[in-house]
Amino acid sequence: MGNPLAASKPSISAVFRRQKLKRLARNRWLYIMLLPGLLYFITFKYVPMYGVLLAFKNYQPFLGFVDSEWVGMKHFDRFFGDPLFWKLLKNTFVLAAYNILFFFPLPIVLALMLNELRSQTYKKTIQTLVYIPHFMSWVVIVSIAYLFFTTEGGLVNEAIASVGGEKIQFLLSPGWFRTFITGEVMWKETGWGTIIFLAALAGVDTQLYEAAKIDGAGRMRQLWHITLPAIRSTIVILLILRLGNFLDTGFEQIFLMLNPLNREVGEVFDTYVYTTGISQGEYSYSTAVGLFKSVVGLVLVFGSNFLAKRFGEEGIL
Amino acid sequence: MVKETSWTSRLFDIFNIIVLAIIALITIVPFIYVVAGSFATQRELLEKGFILFPTEFSLEAYNYIFSTNTLMRSLGVTIFITVVGTLINITLTCLMAYPLSRRDMDFRSPIQLMVIFTMLFSGGMIPTFLVVKELGMLDTYWSLLLPGAISAFNLIIVRSFFQQLPPDLEESAKIDGASDPGILVRIVIPLSLPVLATFSLFYAVGHWNTYFSSILYINDSTKWPIQVLLRQIVMLSQGGSLGDTSSLESNFIPPDQAVKMAVIVVSTIPILIVYPFLQKHFAKGALLGSVKG
Repeated sequence: MGNPLAASKPSISAVFRRQKLKRLARNRWLYIMLLPGLLYFITFKYVPMYGVLLAFKNYQPFLGFVDSEWVGMKHFDRFFGDPLFWKLLKNTFVLAAYNILFFFPLPIVLALMLNELRSQTYKKTIQTLVYIPHFMSWVVIVSIAYLFFTTEGGLVNEAIASVGGEKIQFLLSPGWFRTFITGEVMWKETGWGTIIFLAALAGVDTQLYEAAKIDGAGRMRQLWHITLPAIRSTIVILLILRLGNFLDTGFEQIFLMLNPLNREVGEVFDTYVYTTGISQGEYSYSTAVGLFKSVVGLVLVFGSNFLAKRFGEEGIL
Repeated sequence: MVKETSWTSRLFDIFNIIVLAIIALITIVPFIYVVAGSFATQRELLEKGFILFPTEFSLEAYNYIFSTNTLMRSLGVTIFITVVGTLINITLTCLMAYPLSRRDMDFRSPIQLMVIFTMLFSGGMIPTFLVVKELGMLDTYWSLLLPGAISAFNLIIVRSFFQQLPPDLEESAKIDGASDPGILVRIVIPLSLPVLATFSLFYAVGHWNTYFSSILYINDSTKWPIQVLLRQIVMLSQGGSLGDTSSLESNFIPPDQAVKMAVIVVSTIPILIVYPFLQKHFAKGALLGSVKG
């Protein structure tokens, strides 16, 4: 409309534009339907992204976002100079490594075992049971862990005491923290994690097994030469995906398990952002910490996607 | 079929069946213990320690928790945000997914890109908190309903589902004079009911289990959802070293084991009720979600 050149001659582009305008008018209801969703993404996703600039300001609630002064990299300097930074990094890394080392292989093993079952009824029953914890909240899972392991009437400690042992401060000692975090994840998510592997296993050509049997291959050899290679690409993709979310140790769970006595090993980036930001009101500083985490996370996602493509998979983006 | 009858193969089967049974038991027994304990008397719990079937069946714990306002109120809050929240989720998701599924709409891919980008990068906890605060939603139920109103993940999956419906249906409806909202409501949604039911249930479970957003946005303890109350009762009521219990009402009696267990059961039961309905569909939903956005 504002372009006199295009309007003066009835060119092809003008025809296209008129068609486009027509289409826009015809589809007006579609745009109206889009509106609430767009508003949602802008308000709760994109405004906060813009709000990340707080990390470079000194946010004063009474001055507001715009009038607070710019301070450059001050908050980042403070964060990276703090010995706490290394502790957070280490805690996050160790928990993530535990997760990959101890939790990651479990759903694969469980799926392989389920796949070997001959009775479909038995298989369905086991599946139904092991999926259940996935739907419970972390509060429920951690509460059950408390009931079992607390020193005040907890089942495990009562059992230890009844055979003459000494009660163990499972929930308060830093030494047990990582074991508990990983153990709880195993309990909650192993069953659910089998879904994707079972789907991959269902796609394996049964003729391969027939042929292997005729060649005299036993169960273990079939597992090794047919089943595992068949789900290899799924395993690789999921491992890479996991690497992409490396920094995302389960926030709610850690928050719930944290207490002043195990903070030393339990504090991770997310929980630190919460304590400095929400509890202590240091908005700008904690935004900087959060931004550091988001950026590293983004790099990890793109890096792992690149890796996935290198492995000849179609990638995740 | 080549029959496998070798004894090693049989042994393998037996071993497999037993190990799987043990795994299933490890998964489910802790919860059964909690359910059983919630119906037991304090005396039996203390004497035996571990019970899967209480001999003295008692409703004492439930009588107690349902007689307190605190629990009933929290339960009410959770039911409210689950129902209203799920309605908001599914309405907004459908409204946005449908236009995005229409190939004849302009600006489709930039909008999709904008949605997908939110899955990769976010402003983080503090900027989001400040937005909620600036909108005056702190300590209101809006803060539990709106900031998570659409899951980008679910949106993309629902859109893909809408997209694979035969376009002829829409064409003929159009010729008959139906408007776009009419097509969505009368053709697309009825054809997608199983998928939408699954996502409604996923959203609903999310709302029922909501914990962290209430910690972030709700200070007023009369507006706490059940999960927050559960944490207060089970984890924070034992000894001062674990945290601050001052926010609980002063006349709240420090609960015993059975009461704690009863609160866990109450805050999980609805999930166990919807679970059988959910189970039919969720494997597919979870797969769609994990394979590709």
